Amino acid sequence: MTEQVLDAGEPAPAPVTRRRVTLRPRRARSKLESSFRTPWWHRAAERTIAVFALTAIAAIALIFIFIAREAIPMFWEAEFAEEVQIRDLFMAKEWHGYDDPVFVWQPVGEPAKFNVIPLFVGSLKVTLLAMLMSIPLGIGCAMFIALYAPRSVREVVKPAIELLAGIPSVVLGFFALMVIASWAQATFGFRFRLNAVVAAIGLALTIVPVIFTISEDAIQSVPKTLTEAALALGARKYQVALRVVLPAAIPGIAAGVVLGFGRAIGETMIVLMASGNAAVMELFDFSTSVRTVTATIAAELGEVAQGDPHWRVLFLLGVMLFGVTFFLNIVGDLIIHRLQKKLTAS
Amino acid sequence: MMKHTKKDWLLAGLTGVSLFVILLLLFVLLGQIVWHGAPVITAEFLSESPGADMISGGIWPAIYGTVFMTLLMTLAGVPVGIATAIFLTEYASPRSRVAKLVRIAVNNLAGVPSIVFGLFGLGFFIIFVGGSLDAILYDDPRPVWGKPSILWASLTLAVLTLPVVIVTTEEALRQVPGELRDASLALGATRFQTVYKIVLPNAKGGILTGVILAVSRGAGEVAPIIFCGAANFLPYLPTDLRDMFMHLGYHVYALATQSPNVDAARPTLFGTVLVLLVLTFSLNLLAVIIRARSRAAIRS
Repeated sequence: MTEQVLDAGEPAPAPVTRRRVTLRPRRARSKLESSFRTPWWHRAAERTIAVFALTAIAAIALIFIFIAREAIPMFWEAEFAEEVQIRDLFMAKEWHGYDDPVFVWQPVGEPAKFNVIPLFVGSLKVTLLAMLMSIPLGIGCAMFIALYAPRSVREVVKPAIELLAGIPSVVLGFFALMVIASWAQATFGFRFRLNAVVAAIGLALTIVPVIFTISEDAIQSVPKTLTEAALALGARKYQVALRVVLPAAIPGIAAGVVLGFGRAIGETMIVLMASGNAAVMELFDFSTSVRTVTATIAAELGEVAQGDPHWRVLFLLGVMLFGVTFFLNIVGDLIIHRLQKKLTAS
Repeated sequence: MMKHTKKDWLLAGLTGVSLFVILLLLFVLLGQIVWHGAPVITAEFLSESPGADMISGGIWPAIYGTVFMTLLMTLAGVPVGIATAIFLTEYASPRSRVAKLVRIAVNNLAGVPSIVFGLFGLGFFIIFVGGSLDAILYDDPRPVWGKPSILWASLTLAVLTLPVVIVTTEEALRQVPGELRDASLALGATRFQTVYKIVLPNAKGGILTGVILAVSRGAGEVAPIIFCGAANFLPYLPTDLRDMFMHLGYHVYALATQSPNVDAARPTLFGTVLVLLVLTFSLNLLAVIIRARSRAAIRS
């Protein structure tokens, strides 16, 4: 009741009127003024930049989609089911003429045998062997450069290793095939000229730069305060190196190793040229020839008709390879990211 | 400076040996290739087509094919790479989801095995894009676009080298001092004007370095082009985007692994490898020089 009374006492609110904005008469723009106006194409260029920036995301997606598109029909195609059972791709089978269940990759055999396990075993074997060589070499180089080498040596070595990283892998494969293979056979007396060891040496040449660069970065970015504190406490230089610097740089070094591993397992030309390419399932004998996943795809896809069961299996290998390296990259990046956060926080 | 003890020398020695091993291998590799390759290189070797046995004659079609493909790759990939780097450094805020996603994608793209790019080129460019073009444009069952060609090989390699361009360009853009941007914006320039007139000219050297590094990487890759357009033997030069082409790296691979008489092919092989190495190294060297210069210019 009282409210109404109060309301009545108030003057009615004036209706909102918009004052008409009168346009100023147009006049010609001065030259100076028009040079301040942004041309239309600036906005267009900015839009283009934003669209182009999405290419990398699109590329990753397209790679996965279009490799999978060639592989996936294997799950429902009659033609595929007639020749290959999905189970036999991964499990051992007692083929006609064999005494035990075996893992065999024999795409031209009758019947064709597509078991991917020997290929992955081959890839892992060569990669692990290459890692065994390149981890000590890469970390050793990085420690020497970061801790002992005088400036002059550092300035020669870093470009030299960059040079090594810039050598095309087909050249390294050629070097392994022509030079390392002969040398290794003469030195170690291998039965087969091309084998896992030769390929691994070639591979190591591509991984060492990866491990070296990332490890050296990690060692250099260990805070000076840590090393100085250790030295002030009376530690020897080697003690500082092994007990202070190395543990602090371990995450970075680990990232280098993970990324190097991803690089090695996906490397194609070196293993294609220098590993001998026989798909034998030997777990521990490194003197035999091996056939890796990558080399199999490279060597066989050219001779297969599109849509053939063999074609589908090769694309499946590609999908699996993509998955493995994708996972390794994410892990490696995660480690580097954590390390950066930790170092900037401290 | 403190005294070195025995254990210090031991550690320095061990790490020094690993460095020595690497440098020795590098030295042997370069030495062997130059030693065996240099005598082969003559004017005829560089300018003639290979003979029918692939061993005699020269490697001109392979040189031409490599350069042609690399040019196409650069035209296709570099603008996209530079645009992405500009977006990441100049436009996106560091916390933005999109920028994070783009970074993750770039990092992963850099780690995708080269043979997987080959499968991608075949599955996407040749079968999907080329095949669709053929289905739309022609009734003829014979493929026109949907077959291996220099165009598809170049585009595949453009995707492969994209991360190199992006990462190095980003680094170059970040080296441009923030004060320059602030000054430009304070004077009333728009963001785009700042990028276009201030940031890019100052980062020119660094960007060029990235481009050259990408070109050098792309010129040497073989695995992606095995199915995408490289030809074993092709005595004529590609004139059309839909032609196949010879490639130095692929030539080395084919000759070294498929030649019936590898010993006879040895000199040609070493010569071809040397040409490929000179091509990629001179590009790398150029990149190093330009980078050093542009860094010096920014410091001063």
